[in-house]
Amino acid sequence: MASLFAYANPKRFMDLSAAVLPWLVAATVAALFAGLVLGFASPPDYQQGDTVKLMYLHVPAAWTAMMAYGLLALASLFSLVWRHPLADVAAKAAAPLGATFTLLGLVTGSLWGRPMWGAWWVWDARLTSFLLLLFLYLGYMALWNAIEDEVRAARAAAILALVGAVNLPVIEFSVNWHTLHQGESIFRAGGPTIASVFLWPLFVSMAGYTLLFFTLWTIRIRTEILERRIRSLLLGGAAA
Amino acid sequence: MIPLFLRDIRLASRAGGSAALALAFFAAVATLVPLGVGADLRLLARIAAGVLWVAAVLAALLSLDRLFQADFDDGSLDLLALSPLSLESIAAAKIAAHWLTTGLPLTLLSPLLGLMFGLPPRAIAVLGLSLLVGTPSVSALGAIGAALTLAVRRGGLILPLLVLPLLSPAVIFGAGAVQAVLDGLSNGALLFLAAFSVAATLLSPFAAAAAVRLNLAG
Repeated sequence: MASLFAYANPKRFMDLSAAVLPWLVAATVAALFAGLVLGFASPPDYQQGDTVKLMYLHVPAAWTAMMAYGLLALASLFSLVWRHPLADVAAKAAAPLGATFTLLGLVTGSLWGRPMWGAWWVWDARLTSFLLLLFLYLGYMALWNAIEDEVRAARAAAILALVGAVNLPVIEFSVNWHTLHQGESIFRAGGPTIASVFLWPLFVSMAGYTLLFFTLWTIRIRTEILERRIRSLLLGGAAA
Repeated sequence: MIPLFLRDIRLASRAGGSAALALAFFAAVATLVPLGVGADLRLLARIAAGVLWVAAVLAALLSLDRLFQADFDDGSLDLLALSPLSLESIAAAKIAAHWLTTGLPLTLLSPLLGLMFGLPPRAIAVLGLSLLVGTPSVSALGAIGAALTLAVRRGGLILPLLVLPLLSPAVIFGAGAVQAVLDGLSNGALLFLAAFSVAATLLSPFAAAAAVRLNLAG
């Protein structure tokens, strides 16, 4: 674990992330652009027509929103168990991003649902559990903002994030009972059920969204570290 | 642990009568629904389980901010933390007392409301059973929220936002169990509810204790 903790040092993180960030931005732009081009170039679906292209915006957003919660919970675990300040910063920085991707997933899903299901919103299990994911993010941020002491806020929020993480699979599996939403079609036993003309643009888009998340996450963590440094400098100046 | 449990029950029954208030709230919400959606008994029977489950969760939520708050404010929680009891067992005792003074009375009142909503007897039985099995998870997960918001001014406003998403499985399975009876289906929801409730009740004291410890430290 020694090597892991070496990178958890804020100074090292700043150096490393400064070196990696330009490449990350370049990769994100390239992947998002390629996903867009490939998505537009892909043929219309025989049933869904051109609206199938919303998939390249919707599915990656939903995937990123879930991944963000996983990372948030992981960072919270590190923060609680090893008390590392960088894990606090990472968890705090992930929440608004995750909430935004969740909202994006809800909005694009709603736009897709209108032509497909004939309704902007359907109270089915997957949509509702996704809305609950948004509330989990909002509650996390509200709790963080409500507690003034930074260390205490971080640890309280971390406890909440972990409790929410235990609960998340239960919400997710409720999909299997009654749902209008299509079932799992990509990562399933026996291979994907989507034709490869759709699958490749989708994978590129998912890579683009994922990279976008990591780029923004890195930037937010860097900003938060700098803000804390400025604050401690100001406090030091006030005390002198 | 048992004296603490008994003390909390005495406090709940004497000071403020939170159990009676939670019951009154439960009944009042359930009464408003037919006024809102109309008196069609067939429709009311369809939605009864969902309405009663949501009302029960909200009623239990109302009394949650008292779970640790009063003891935190007057310093008894500090003394309890100094006692040989672990914070985990203190949290467990308080969760048990909370359930006995809110969850159980709500469960006992529910058959009457189910009858008024036009539920058939078998469905009423399952409704009562689902509340009996499920409400411990409401007290347990609610205790985590109450402990987290202990040092927050106006924490009662954040509490529902923190706790309600966590309680969604209880509502889904609880109402689903009754729905399955109405539809004449075999009932797996009750088992899922029981599993959820057991897991929540076993794990919550640890999370709640961690949150209390955090708030006592400062």
